[in-house]
Amino acid sequence: MVSQSLPHAGEFGREGARGVLWLERAHEWVVTVDHKKIGLMYIAYSLVFLAVGGVEAMLMRIQLAVPDAHFVSPEVFNELFTMHGTTMIFFVVMPLLFGFANYLVPLMIGARDMAFPRLNAFSFWMTAFGGLLLYFSFIGGSGLYGAGSAPDVGWWAYAPLTAKAFSRGHSTDYWTLALLVSGVGSIGTAVNLVTTVLSARCRGMTLGKMPLLAWLNLVMGGMVLGAISPLTAAQVMLCVDRYLGGHFFDTQAGGSAVIWMHFFWVFGHPEVYILVIPAFAFASEIIPVFSRKAIFGYPVMVAATVGIAFVSFSVWAHHMFSVGMPSYGNAFFVFSSMLVGVPTGIKIFNWLGTMWGGKIIFSTPMLFCIAFLFQFLIGGLTGIMLAAAPFDWQLNDSYFVVAHFHYIIVGAILFTIFAAFYYWYPKFTGRMMSETLGKWHFWLFVIGFHLTFDFMHIPGILGMPRRVYTYMPDRGWGELNMIVTIGAFVQTVAVLIFVVNLIRSYFVGQIAGNDPWDAWTLEWATTSPPPPYNFAELPTVRSRRPLWDIKHPEDPDWKYE
Amino acid sequence: MSAISTTVPTPEPPWTLPSRGKTGMFCLIFAESAIFTIFVVAYIFYLGKSLTGPTPAEILRLPIFDTICLLSSSLTIHAAVSALRRGNSKMFLLWWGFTLALGLKFIEGTASDWHEMIYREGFSIKTNLFGTTYYSLVGLHASHVIVGLLGLSLVFLLALAGKVKTQHADRCEVFSLYWHFVDAVWVVVFTVVYVIGR
Repeated sequence: MVSQSLPHAGEFGREGARGVLWLERAHEWVVTVDHKKIGLMYIAYSLVFLAVGGVEAMLMRIQLAVPDAHFVSPEVFNELFTMHGTTMIFFVVMPLLFGFANYLVPLMIGARDMAFPRLNAFSFWMTAFGGLLLYFSFIGGSGLYGAGSAPDVGWWAYAPLTAKAFSRGHSTDYWTLALLVSGVGSIGTAVNLVTTVLSARCRGMTLGKMPLLAWLNLVMGGMVLGAISPLTAAQVMLCVDRYLGGHFFDTQAGGSAVIWMHFFWVFGHPEVYILVIPAFAFASEIIPVFSRKAIFGYPVMVAATVGIAFVSFSVWAHHMFSVGMPSYGNAFFVFSSMLVGVPTGIKIFNWLGTMWGGKIIFSTPMLFCIAFLFQFLIGGLTGIMLAAAPFDWQLNDSYFVVAHFHYIIVGAILFTIFAAFYYWYPKFTGRMMSETLGKWHFWLFVIGFHLTFDFMHIPGILGMPRRVYTYMPDRGWGELNMIVTIGAFVQTVAVLIFVVNLIRSYFVGQIAGNDPWDAWTLEWATTSPPPPYNFAELPTVRSRRPLWDIKHPEDPDWKYE
Repeated sequence: MSAISTTVPTPEPPWTLPSRGKTGMFCLIFAESAIFTIFVVAYIFYLGKSLTGPTPAEILRLPIFDTICLLSSSLTIHAAVSALRRGNSKMFLLWWGFTLALGLKFIEGTASDWHEMIYREGFSIKTNLFGTTYYSLVGLHASHVIVGLLGLSLVFLLALAGKVKTQHADRCEVFSLYWHFVDAVWVVVFTVVYVIGR
């Protein structure tokens, strides 16, 4: 670990000592290559951006709450939805999931660190600087003046809007370069995750005995390699167009705007599964522990995940039904998109099968997971609706689509992330999060979520397009939008309670001990928080629930597996 | 500390896992392949769609000798790594130097071709769609060759200083995987740009 020698604290007076200690500690975090510290930095960094992206969402909701509002200008509104989408996908959810993966995967597979610790640190800092670069747009070159330089081309940045002629100044460049830089970081993390899972498992942990979280993060890593790379390639092409005068997406010179859509969605759709598969991983670890039963159908869970990963690379053009495709193209993408529902449905039934007959404990992590199951089902069903091309022709680019994907990203992914916070916080800090505040957080968030996103479907069906900065009173969307905005405020309050809980529990939370949930995977076998080397003696594993075997030597799992 | 201990003393079966270096490099190669795939798709998609000249047939020279150089460097780097594995540092240095020289010849060929096209014939990345896709795809490959050459030179300098020993054979092999990949990509680029595209 880090042993850089800064001036020793003893050399200074009392005031000086405090300053140096602080500096020493900051220095330790900046130069660290420890997977746990990097994981926590990922998480802290994402939470900051979650706040920023959340504020952007709230500004949009205030603007849309009543018809014909003038809270923000149309130009600022364009910047808000672009920055909100880009921030939430690339600088909140992805780094949050990478953070948890970084922290948990080595612990769960009984390793001392990731396979390439320095690559790990490099990847984190690339992602971090990518996010800073994106937000530098507000003050950077030809910015600041009315914050005019934030990207405003939408998070998928369709051509030819991104061409120099239509997007003057540097706003689109900030978007491109930020994603290029953070994409390099993501690829580095993916290389690291896959290698760690394949080459750093402790003795006895065969692929069939790995915790599902490790399995699912392995699949996620593989998908990042296959999906972020096309995005990186497309961003390089956009840079060539913008800086070197190329013609990739220049329709005036025979280039195609549609090929950008293909390249973007070849990344964009697998990306959804890159985000949701780690969410599945959290549910697959938490639901068994709080049902007091081993996971139901472990091999099928793994097979379904790999199946989803494969199919997800052949569904991208369902984002492009309304662009126009030959009928066999439509038929193929309708079919493949609906096919995803099969392995996903299998997973839902397996989680239900795990709960069935179990002794369910309704702690906060479990509550979030149960809500996840319900909401993920609804979000999946609206997905099946949108996968039917004629239905999509009607509702594409409406608030129905916005409601659908927020149902997945908030209702499924963010809910399991909250579950993961409540579940693993004791391991991260050694203290429990408050259950009372947790229950408040959960119920307020559920109510706010359903107020916002259930009601958001309806203006979509009534014809409200996404990305409009306002609408006229005679459309009749006003009441619904007001309900949506009220829900957003309820969610904000819930998230504030979560933040209070996060900070308060760090100082006054109940001491957790090594294994507060009576769980079965290896991260609970070491201290909370774990020492830098994780395990004094590297463990040996004989079943999928190594900690159960230790706690119940008379009835170990390996007798039955 | 850890509460884990082996409760049942059994004769431990051998426990081997894939090498970290190779697994990591294969992951990187997979990601790079996806990047190249997108550029190749763009190249093929835009074949013959330029609104103005010149066309590939008018301007491209077949880089046969450069191709032979690059492809044979795969053999020489393999010979270098196996020499190092046998502990023969002299032969390692010789074969590794050969690889470096062949790579340099290749990049020199690309550079003189580009110089010819850009300065003599005025054909640049701005000229038309063909120029954009050609310089991007071949340039992407050339930049990978340059990264490889930097790595090759670094190891070569270390070897000249006598710092590369038998125990480094695995690392050199991981690097050789990258070099093989760069060569394999050239086979695709050559086929697409100079055979099909012309």
